[in-house]
Amino acid sequence: MSKEPVLKAENLNVYYGSIHAIKGVSFEVYEGEIVTLIGANGAGKSTTLNTVSGILRSRTGSVTFLGENLRRVPCHKIVARGLALVPEGRRIFLQMTVEENLEMGAFTQSPAGIAQDLEQVYALFPRLRERRKQIGGTLSGGEQQMLAMGRALMSHPKLLMLDEPSMGLAPILVEQIFQIIRNLHGAGSTILLVEQNAQAALSIANRGYVLETGKVVTTGAGQELLASPEIKKAYLGG
Amino acid sequence: MKKSPFHFLTYVLVIGAYAALQVLQARGGLSSSLRGMLVPICAYVVMAVSLNLTVGVLGELSLGHAGFMSVGAFLGTSTAIALQDAVPVPAVRLTIALIVAALFAAIAGFLIGIPVLRLNGDYLAIVTLAFGEIIKAIFNNLYLGVDGKGVHISLLEDTTRTAETGRLIIQGPMGIGGIQKISTFTAGFILIMISLIVIFNLVNSRAGRAIMAIRDNHIAAQSVGVNIIKYKMMAFVTSAALAGSAGALFAMNYSTVVANKFDFNTSILILVFVVLGGLGNMLGSIIAAAVLTILPEALRPIAEYRMLLYAVLLIVMMLTANHPFVRAFFNRFRQTGRLRLEADGDEEREAV
Repeated sequence: MSKEPVLKAENLNVYYGSIHAIKGVSFEVYEGEIVTLIGANGAGKSTTLNTVSGILRSRTGSVTFLGENLRRVPCHKIVARGLALVPEGRRIFLQMTVEENLEMGAFTQSPAGIAQDLEQVYALFPRLRERRKQIGGTLSGGEQQMLAMGRALMSHPKLLMLDEPSMGLAPILVEQIFQIIRNLHGAGSTILLVEQNAQAALSIANRGYVLETGKVVTTGAGQELLASPEIKKAYLGG
Repeated sequence: MKKSPFHFLTYVLVIGAYAALQVLQARGGLSSSLRGMLVPICAYVVMAVSLNLTVGVLGELSLGHAGFMSVGAFLGTSTAIALQDAVPVPAVRLTIALIVAALFAAIAGFLIGIPVLRLNGDYLAIVTLAFGEIIKAIFNNLYLGVDGKGVHISLLEDTTRTAETGRLIIQGPMGIGGIQKISTFTAGFILIMISLIVIFNLVNSRAGRAIMAIRDNHIAAQSVGVNIIKYKMMAFVTSAALAGSAGALFAMNYSTVVANKFDFNTSILILVFVVLGGLGNMLGSIIAAAVLTILPEALRPIAEYRMLLYAVLLIVMMLTANHPFVRAFFNRFRQTGRLRLEADGDEEREAV
């Protein structure tokens, strides 16, 4: 683990109109880590991710990525810096084929390396190779999630942010998706994972932050949080 | 993106239709009323394909497309009149007028695009509707004269003091009168071809892919690094420029042009062409624009029931176009599942 964090969020304050949604949230992600933000509905997990990726702006506080303050960097340029978001609810391009979706993921990359990157993504998700001529909207939920993740990987992210990858998926698919996250981590990816499924997220995470109504209430190593009685009671069903 | 065989078919059919009509015209096989409609049909076809770029490809509902047509009609025609002595060759004058019309409409598109493209869906539709009405009000009250000292402009009343030697071109609610009819069917055909080349090249390019990505899912487009405002603007301005030149072509087919011609009804009429022809389907827009321009004229003998029959035909077309058998038939000619409405259905099913 290097000394400088890949991503450092400091004292973020985000508002929706007059609603103070994120109240002074700070966290760090170091190279090679899986860090998870967990919490109930409305705790501010997705808002935090959207702020890091530039879709939303914090009123105060800063996001530093690889030593650069992202405050003045427009949203569409943040991807080119190596910060990729897999948005909540899959959000694939429904009318494009699987391959066109993946090519869209390389929008900020030079076209020269796309063929090779496609091969890598297909190696990781063999199912996508089988369906590469198929229209995105005809894929199953799990396949769409894989496609959204594959698309994000096409931009060579130095940090991959996943927003609720397990949302609306059958348990067996959730297991598959988490296995893929583990594999990506094993291959050296740095991952920031937002999840409601605290059990699954904490069991693969190096560290976790627990959010409650816009604030970080607890932080610690994944296994530690998993064993903590309060966390068990609040999020893991006793 | 792979070149769609559909694009090639569109070019072939447009060229074929032009050639056939030219032959018919040479042999005197066209009625005088149909001959008179050739240029307006070309103008409406360009209007329909350009609106299809905004509505079908970009996926934003614009209700003010006639506004851009109006900008092009007035400023293009004014240019042609001002150049009447300087440029004696009609074809050259028409070309310059169409280019000027496209430029001014593009500027109008850019200015209106700055606030509008930050909006989505219904809000965008409402603002474009208002834009169309504002343009109509401006040209209804605009006086523009040209003389030796240059261009004079005034609003509400004619205070331009245009010299006797010059000419007051735009006369408020009376619009422009005494236009030389320099628009030709061939010019219209060339404008359609240019529009198709511009639109198909845009759709096939990297920028076109970005525009369609925004239509499919703007959050996902943002997440892969697409500059949403930039690409929306690109589609919107291109659409406006083409509509502007269509307006100029249209206006110079008549001896007078007034602002009320380009009102909300015209915007809706063009939207009907696009929706009936199929969103994103340029060939459909061309056919719908041509058929629906000829139809009211063809129904003139039964004048009293004309609008009734027109409405019934629209409904019948919608019903048959949605019939599973008809759809299956046409789906064989296109890539499956490309129709926007179908994909929307998928999304809804997914959400349930």
